[in-house]
Amino acid sequence: MCGIVGLLIKNPKMRDSIGELMMPMLIGMTERGPDSAGMAMFTAPVASDSRKFSLFSGTSDFNWTKLGHDFEKHLSVKATVEPKENHAILTTSLEPSTVKMWLKEHYPQLHLLSVGQLMDIYKDVGTPAEVAERYDFKNFKGTHLVGHTRMATESAITPAHAHPFTAGEDWCLVHNGSLSNAHSLRRKLEKEGINFETDNDTEAACRFLQWRMREGDDLKTALNAGFEELDGFYTLLMGTSTELALVRDPYGCKPAIIAEHDDYVAIASEFRSLAHLPDIKNAKVFEPSPKEMYVWKL
Amino acid sequence: METLKFDLDAKPLREINQFLHGDASTLNGKKVVIENPNGAHSVAVGLKADVDVTIKGHTGYYAAGMNQLAKVTIEGSAGSGVAENMMSGVVHVKGFASNAAGATANGGLLIIDGDAGLRTGIAMKGVDIVVGGSVGSFSAFMAQAGNFVILGDAGEGLGDSIYEAKLFVRGKVKSLGADCEEKTMNAEDKQILADLLKKSGHADVSPDSFKQYGSARTLYHFHVDNAGAY
Repeated sequence: MCGIVGLLIKNPKMRDSIGELMMPMLIGMTERGPDSAGMAMFTAPVASDSRKFSLFSGTSDFNWTKLGHDFEKHLSVKATVEPKENHAILTTSLEPSTVKMWLKEHYPQLHLLSVGQLMDIYKDVGTPAEVAERYDFKNFKGTHLVGHTRMATESAITPAHAHPFTAGEDWCLVHNGSLSNAHSLRRKLEKEGINFETDNDTEAACRFLQWRMREGDDLKTALNAGFEELDGFYTLLMGTSTELALVRDPYGCKPAIIAEHDDYVAIASEFRSLAHLPDIKNAKVFEPSPKEMYVWKL
Repeated sequence: METLKFDLDAKPLREINQFLHGDASTLNGKKVVIENPNGAHSVAVGLKADVDVTIKGHTGYYAAGMNQLAKVTIEGSAGSGVAENMMSGVVHVKGFASNAAGATANGGLLIIDGDAGLRTGIAMKGVDIVVGGSVGSFSAFMAQAGNFVILGDAGEGLGDSIYEAKLFVRGKVKSLGADCEEKTMNAEDKQILADLLKKSGHADVSPDSFKQYGSARTLYHFHVDNAGAY
């Protein structure tokens, strides 16, 4: 079991309070996922020549200031580092490949969680309330978000095994369910040159979609290929720079419920996470059909 | 009739359910309203008195499960397993119902005004189910007894491995499951259907607009010609 939440704010006036609106959604999914939580937040974009790199250190005493100084000194480039506990967002105009190589060489203990112009990722072990408090989720501002509460069933409870996973810039995925062919998928994808960071089954689904999109599929075609290749149960919620997308496995084994309102679109595993959204009584609440792709654009 | 109001925002669910599990003689004929269910699980489960319960909103999993005698009305939608294993009474969902509505239910009447999800009426054992909208795939899987009326469409594999039970569908059936076949509706069947339509607020719908499905009874006993299917 796991919980998923997604929120896309259509009314620009409400975007400064997206964090506050989301909090009861995430907390509402605590029983479905008490061991870890994560959030991908899509904010206002950084300058067009820059990118944000979400970094995770594993320890809260990590010296982020030193990392910023080292980065600027070694690479002779401007960078900002905004730390939050054991996470930090590094913003720079350097190419991702250069940044990745530098991090690997000088700070191999760091995990790179995401790259993009809009998306920040925070994920860690603990109850959803603890993780949200640690990274101040309630003060997030932005256009849309994808969140997850995890109850691990098939791999270890570590920050790296928590969701969301990413498969490209400003692209993330969370999963409720389990895949029985994750290991064979992984063997197949590794031969295609796709790298894995964990043995998590969700990561296999994520890398599968990454591979299909690398081969030229759009998301819909990639997900259709997924119906054939992914063996197991899944509700997948994905976030891109301009949209949220949802799909359920053909047997509808894992739940999802949607509330469409003039001001927002909210998605969760269960209604109890949507119950406290403003004016929910006037939202169109429905259950998505299995094997159908739902997309909401900003 | 005396009406008692409970607010789930103010009172824990367990206290409300325990009240509803009280002595039948104190509950019979009473009217109970539960406000702010907000998707909570297991609201009004295990009732066994002739009490009228109205839930003012959406419920989570297993609402009105194992119901006996009570009439439970959910004014919103219901999560998975609404009225599962109901024995008697009436459960009425005014919105839609998620997966496995009325699963294994032995008796009583389950009315869903909107659509119902996958596996509706799975292993039903005598309940009557009326769905105003459409039902998802694998509905009435291994159905054993009872009547199932679908005013809309049915998904894939309707009535797969059905033992008995009468299925009435007004719309399209995407596909029938193994050993489920179309039947000829006789006068007795038509009466059952007409009565259920009337009881569930669809008296204006003609029984003649339905097709009936049921068991071909070829899976009752092992047959060597079917060995390949196992």
